[in-house]
Amino acid sequence: MSHTRAGEIYLDNAATTKPHPSVVESVTRALTVDYGNPSSLHGKGVAAERLVAEAREALAWTLGVEPEDVLFTSGGTEANSLAIRGVGGVARGRHLITTAVEHSSVRVLLQRLAAQGFALTELPVDHYGRVSAAHVEQALRADTALVSVMAVNNELGTVQPIGDIGRMLQRHRAAGRPTLFHVDAVQGWGKISLRPAAWSVDLMSLSGHKGHGPKGVGALYVRRGVPLAPQLGGGEQERSLRPGTENVPGIAGLGAAARLLAADFDESAARMRTLADRLREQIGTIPDARINTPQDGAAPHIVNATFGGVRGETLLHRLEQDGVFVSTGSACHSHNPTPSHVLLAIGLSTADAQSTLRLSVSRFTTTEEIDAAAVALHHAVAELRALVR
Amino acid sequence: MAHILLRYGEIHLKGQNQRFFLDALVRNVRESIADLGRAQVRHAFGRILVDSPAEEEALVGRLRKVFGVVSLSPVQVASPALPDIAGAAVDIVGAALGTRPGIATFKVDTRRADKRFPLTSMETSREVGQTVQHRFPQLQARMDGPDLLVRIDIRDQAYLSSETIPGPGGLPYGTGGRALALISGGIDSPVASWLGARRGVTIIPVHFHSFPFTSERSKEKVLDLCRVLASYTGPLGVWIVFFTDIQRAIQLSVPDGLRVLVLRRMMMRIADRLAEQDRATAVITGENLGQVASQTIESIAAINAVTRLPVLRPLIGADKMEIVARAEAIGTYEISIRPYEDCCSLFVPPHPRTQPGLGEADEAERGLPISALIDTAVQRSERLTISPRWARDTLPVGS
Repeated sequence: MSHTRAGEIYLDNAATTKPHPSVVESVTRALTVDYGNPSSLHGKGVAAERLVAEAREALAWTLGVEPEDVLFTSGGTEANSLAIRGVGGVARGRHLITTAVEHSSVRVLLQRLAAQGFALTELPVDHYGRVSAAHVEQALRADTALVSVMAVNNELGTVQPIGDIGRMLQRHRAAGRPTLFHVDAVQGWGKISLRPAAWSVDLMSLSGHKGHGPKGVGALYVRRGVPLAPQLGGGEQERSLRPGTENVPGIAGLGAAARLLAADFDESAARMRTLADRLREQIGTIPDARINTPQDGAAPHIVNATFGGVRGETLLHRLEQDGVFVSTGSACHSHNPTPSHVLLAIGLSTADAQSTLRLSVSRFTTTEEIDAAAVALHHAVAELRALVR
Repeated sequence: MAHILLRYGEIHLKGQNQRFFLDALVRNVRESIADLGRAQVRHAFGRILVDSPAEEEALVGRLRKVFGVVSLSPVQVASPALPDIAGAAVDIVGAALGTRPGIATFKVDTRRADKRFPLTSMETSREVGQTVQHRFPQLQARMDGPDLLVRIDIRDQAYLSSETIPGPGGLPYGTGGRALALISGGIDSPVASWLGARRGVTIIPVHFHSFPFTSERSKEKVLDLCRVLASYTGPLGVWIVFFTDIQRAIQLSVPDGLRVLVLRRMMMRIADRLAEQDRATAVITGENLGQVASQTIESIAAINAVTRLPVLRPLIGADKMEIVARAEAIGTYEISIRPYEDCCSLFVPPHPRTQPGLGEADEAERGLPISALIDTAVQRSERLTISPRWARDTLPVGS
């Protein structure tokens, strides 16, 4: 069953997903019935506090960690900010390592720290956007304070070797180094298995709306004992690391989304994989179309492809006319005409980067929708090529 | 009650029809502040005086955008007697000290239209200056370049002001005929439209929309530009022309070096048709000699050849820097630089012909079903009414 309006095929789920009805229900309940302040002493406060606690448990379960190790934030960007600036504020080293394909909410923060005197190493990636643990190891210094690598690239879907990097860092730390490991897992949550504790990850960022939860809520996993400087001052909420009255409706919605994905994680990931593979196959039959997402080692929901000689933005609007919604690169810089840093980092020319689309499925996407979208894509590419020949 | 004094310029030069322009100005002033409360707008002794219950800041924000106004001043009104005038001067200096930091020196300047007033202008300035000095001993009188200049105008009443704010100048909107103004999302065309409107021409912006070659956001951008223009003119009729099919047809049948030229000729033909419907008798464009390869005298000749209407190009001799500065002052620049592709940039071939002959353009259009394309485009166009956007503008609009 399709969850979009009749005639609409939504294939931009890496930008945001449609909230699940159970999420809407939880948010509504927190706005209409359990609207108390969790800090209040009376029953209304207790009811709201319970919603927050339940959400924390559900979210922790999806990561295989203890609820106490999860902090709620206003979203992925704030989670990244708390992690990176939080480490920067108490760091015992002056060196930072990251990759050339991180999301801007990680990149910009690290670049700011670099401008304030930290040394920053930005590691190159292969043509699928993947960094190697060996490269990370070579870049390590005695004073490396933080390594920040995303779990799943938001434009390509490429999965990074987080487990390998974590194991390698564990050895490095065993020698008494202060290095912490942050993983932006916003695009991975609900798509690939995330096990921060097993991977020796110290900090992991999540966002609600990429997994059928509400916008404006996210979370940061903080391994016990990791020192972090709070970025806001105020009350004692979220262990004083993230003060401010809890966004109870958002958190309750995030909890509902966590329960939803915990219920059938393997099945829904496999379903998305089947759909993405089907889409890859059909895109493969379009002349001069090249798929940038790796066949192996990618999240199950993203297919990124270059359609030679067609402007991505024009193709996007042409598909929109047929009710198919996709993205050029990541949504955050679709307002920005300069080509995506990720696509340039994997070696695409500017022209090819501007001829690239990202299609992303969700647990609700159907086979029929994939087939219809592929037909629309075939037509649109052919039509536009005829115009700009 | 706030009082604002408006000065107008060029209208003074008008002869027998001065009344026509003045009535229009007073009417436009009234309309610009109509929603801010019941105001009195009267014309007296070569100025316009506005009395309104609205806040001074809100009034100034509106009135500094009325075409025909050269400058304006918030004023205090006092009876034409020295003690009252001096009291009002103290009020006005006190208010200025409270809002403008760094005032150390002042001067009082008096003009006396009513010669029955017992003191001369000089004497009045001196007396009032002494009262101000006494009340604010930290201030020093200075004749040359004072930080604060208090002007006193003695007429039926005494009008005191300490601030002169530039208006846009020009002629009252609606006194100079009607023209369609071709508007893209770029920097130039909104400025050209504004310049036309400032000379009194009623403008009807026309935008050529080519979805899916351009996005919905590019249309929103144009409507936002029109909202800024409407803050000077009042509500605007705006045409959004369905241009997709024409764009497609041109791409398919016109040689690439001549596509931009043919595109512009099609736009002009549509404007010609819409002008008829809208009783407009001219077209305004943002074209500018030589700025891009398609804007040459030869191109202009080929574009003019398809319309009988005069095509006004207010920016014809302006440099880019001047246009940008003007766009910033008007308030359109920030909107114009939003990065959505407009239909002119998407298909522009790398080397458009710079000196196309008239015959060449006709030849290039041979494969186009011109009148059918235009009929469809006009039929599928929508006409919207755009109301002003009252931003809290801070940039002065100089002339």
